[in-house]
Amino acid sequence: MVDAIVSAASVIAASIAVGFAGLGPGIGQGNAAGQAVEGIARQPEAEGKIRGTLLLSLAFMESLTIYGLVVALSLLFANPFVG
Amino acid sequence: MYTFLLSKIEVGSHLYINITDSLHFHGETVIVTSLVVAAVSLLLVSGTSNLQKVPGTLQNVLEIVFDLVKSLAVTQIGPSYYSQFLPFIATIFLFILGSNWAGALIPWKLIELPEGEFSAPTNDINTTAMLAILASLSYFYAGFKIKGLGYFARYIKPALFLLPINIVEDFTKPLSLNFRLFGNVVADELTVAVICSLVPFIVPVPIMMLGLFASSIQALIFATLAANAIGEVIE
Repeated sequence: MVDAIVSAASVIAASIAVGFAGLGPGIGQGNAAGQAVEGIARQPEAEGKIRGTLLLSLAFMESLTIYGLVVALSLLFANPFVG
Repeated sequence: MYTFLLSKIEVGSHLYINITDSLHFHGETVIVTSLVVAAVSLLLVSGTSNLQKVPGTLQNVLEIVFDLVKSLAVTQIGPSYYSQFLPFIATIFLFILGSNWAGALIPWKLIELPEGEFSAPTNDINTTAMLAILASLSYFYAGFKIKGLGYFARYIKPALFLLPINIVEDFTKPLSLNFRLFGNVVADELTVAVICSLVPFIVPVPIMMLGLFASSIQALIFATLAANAIGEVIE
């Protein structure tokens, strides 16, 4: 019984982890991409530099989501609380 | 209709090679890692052993890679010290790129294993942890080599009360490097696997392309962050 409750709680926790981990970086990536487009529109000759910086910073934000994913995966596949 | 699997989802199952009771290796990771190392070394040696004034195809590609890694090292570490750390950064970059692409491009499912499955070495958290520890060891080494004991002044740099934060940062840096690479590779493979199990035809191909792109970006990110840590220490 306890195991069933723990499993159910883990599944819910995993989905919440991924959901909220996606929320913040999503907003951040949208902001960053919008600013980059604005920058390119204002200064088309700087496109290469802007693209490089944008990709790098997008990957940083992406990694925040990935942390949530790692937590969710460890709850689903390597749960330390299920005996 | 005859179908066969090119890949499948398996999390946490490994082909164990037992040396003693307490010492065992993840067989598939060790094997694919050595394959990747051999392939990358072979490529580099065969591309650079016979250098020409007018480069051929392979030499051209390798020169592009060298320019990329060199510009990365120069921007992160600075023009006066970059040459000492260029081999390390280039090695990390090429190894991660090679192993990510080895996991994505080779249909490993054609080779049957009793347990576990061949996949990218970076799909195993031990590989990425090793790379992250190497990166953090290398910035300690760089700090001690170039600054000597003055390296420790870094810990109280902006102000004394930041000392605990600076110490904690030494531990969180490798941790975040580790999880970033591991999570990205696993996420790529899981996405492809889930989409394959839903629609096993054509639809996964763009996702696989995206995975190839993302994994090369991850190799670049890891190398950039390793170089950035070194550059931060010796600035």
